[in-house]
Amino acid sequence: MGATRTARTLAEKVWDEHVVRSTEGEPDLLFIDLHLIHEVTSPQAFDGLRLAGRQVRRPDLTLATEDHNVPTVDWDKPIADPVSKTQVDTLRRNAEEFGVRLHPLGDVEQGIVHVVGPQLGLTQPGMTIVCGDSHTSTHGAFGAIAFGIGTSEVEHVLATQTLMQAKPKTMAVTISGSLPAGVTAKDMVLTLIAHTGTGGGQGYIVEYRGQAIEELSMEGRMTVCNMSIEWGAKAGLIAPDQTTFDYIEGRPEAPKGEDWDAAVAHWKTLVTDDDAEYDKEIVLDAAEMTPFVTWGTNPGQGVPLGSAVPDPASYDDESDRVAAQKALEYMGLEAGTPMREVKVDTVFVGSCTNGRIEDLRLAAEIIKGRTVDPDTRLLVVPGSVRVRLQAEQEGLDVVFKDAGAEWRGAGCSMCLGMNPDTLQPGERSASTSNRNFEGRQGKGGRTHLVSVPVAAATAVRGTLSSPADLA
Amino acid sequence: MDKFTQHTGVGVPLRRSNVDTDQIIPAVYLKRVTRSGFEDGLFSAWRNDPDFVLNDPAYAGCSVLVAGPDFGTGSSREHAVWALQNYGFKAVVSSRFADIFRGNSGKAGLLAAQVDEKVVQKLWDLLEAQPGATVTVDLESRTVRAGEGPDAIEDSFDIDDYTRWRLLEGLDDIGITLGHADDITAYEQTRPRWKPATLHA
Ligand code: SF4
Repeated sequence: MGATRTARTLAEKVWDEHVVRSTEGEPDLLFIDLHLIHEVTSPQAFDGLRLAGRQVRRPDLTLATEDHNVPTVDWDKPIADPVSKTQVDTLRRNAEEFGVRLHPLGDVEQGIVHVVGPQLGLTQPGMTIVCGDSHTSTHGAFGAIAFGIGTSEVEHVLATQTLMQAKPKTMAVTISGSLPAGVTAKDMVLTLIAHTGTGGGQGYIVEYRGQAIEELSMEGRMTVCNMSIEWGAKAGLIAPDQTTFDYIEGRPEAPKGEDWDAAVAHWKTLVTDDDAEYDKEIVLDAAEMTPFVTWGTNPGQGVPLGSAVPDPASYDDESDRVAAQKALEYMGLEAGTPMREVKVDTVFVGSCTNGRIEDLRLAAEIIKGRTVDPDTRLLVVPGSVRVRLQAEQEGLDVVFKDAGAEWRGAGCSMCLGMNPDTLQPGERSASTSNRNFEGRQGKGGRTHLVSVPVAAATAVRGTLSSPADLA
Repeated sequence: MDKFTQHTGVGVPLRRSNVDTDQIIPAVYLKRVTRSGFEDGLFSAWRNDPDFVLNDPAYAGCSVLVAGPDFGTGSSREHAVWALQNYGFKAVVSSRFADIFRGNSGKAGLLAAQVDEKVVQKLWDLLEAQPGATVTVDLESRTVRAGEGPDAIEDSFDIDDYTRWRLLEGLDDIGITLGHADDITAYEQTRPRWKPATLHA
């Protein structure tokens, strides 16, 4: 990204606004507007501060919540697993000692860190947002540069409110046309990742644009940006527009009055200039997209729901062939099996990819008046307590429970299987989360990544399905 | 952090691509609040398999991991780097690293040496033909070396200049940045007042 260019992309504009210090031969020192924290990747960072006698520089730009390692049942009781309890207690102690705002289990603002930030109105256009979690890219949906960091960097941000970062290249992903009915943001991003491979975005900040992106709700945009990391991108973002402003306005931490006007005036400048150049461009047509599911053990190994498990022999590249072979063995699948015949034991609706209110409404709409297949378990886990309460107010919990689903408390849950919500060895899931890695949802567990409508229809039929398959 | 200039140790061939951080260390092992003890979870799903390369006594005491492309993808967990270090690894050689993993390695002092895919292939062949053979990674000259005689392998590896300098000097990033505290304070004064805050006076 040449700093001398006058026409700039959205990512370049946001980046430039946050450079504290720039020196030839060194990474830029970037100011961080918002640092999100959770119990799993922060204890060692706070320890580092203590050892060095350092403080948190800007507790007022830091927010902690408990999500990865908390139970989604009995959340009003002490955490049963002593090791998990220690981790959660450690976050509580650290938050108190260093003056960081925390939304603990039981608090009405508790939930998955990437659901909580936007919902509080803390996630706004043009910001830099980091968190010790790779799906921080979610916040890019608002036109922010948002990315995941490791624990050493968490410590660095706590101590300095900055990060040293080499300026990435920029890429445009243009999704033209409109998505057909029944095809969602999740199908869009799974199609994209199958197209690029898991390393295709490496070294880039990606801007998603085009008609199909503009037509997405904020929830849909978050789903797309969330999975940027699954194709290796540093971050993914979308230019803010009226949809963005409408979502933010009136939220607890949104600017008010004159501040709101000043903020919106600035946010409106956060678009890529007409003659700006990207280092790379990809164009896909939304009109050709269909419900899309994964068959393998990385998010790039996906196919349309209407097709079959691919034959490893069909890959030209040897390492792809070997990877496909290994994936099929792990997944217990035969090449040529129609995806619709794949039988599923557990359906998981939730995560920072698809655990927002819009997702739960969509699932409930499909489930309503139907029942979950007797051999299948449906787990519905709201992304935050607010989402849970909203859903309960709308009666969605009753729809799920009447159909035979489990209605849970907020958290990451089976997305990463760190709490007791896991798959058993050999068990197969259809999951609205973002990773189908070996063992991600429990040792030996087999994951198919799917959209919310596919998850709901699959729960009813017991095999991978779309709502169109329901009589 | 200790200075890193050069390391020679037993190399292990990990013939896999797309080794994500959930494979390096599954989430159930991430409950500890320390930086040590993660070696028990390293590659835990594969360690049960008696044929898994780390279970082969010929590679005992190994400290250089040679892996396929897209190593360290997925979760940002720095525990993946700690698990490798806790087990005894000083360097990982691969033809492509995921960004966050590479960053975490640099911070924690594990050398992530990016080489051409052909070099990985040659190292795999050598380490399988001669289990227990050593690999040298020389950060000063950015070279990786292994084997002797006509089959000897010597090639360059990529690492960004800044990380290389920090590793060579054993420097603490936070200390460097705090040296620029005045710049940070000056920047803070220019932030618009409508930017959100998590605490309110
Ligand atoms: S829901 Fe899953 S992907 Fe999202 S933050 Fe939690 S563990 Fe990570």
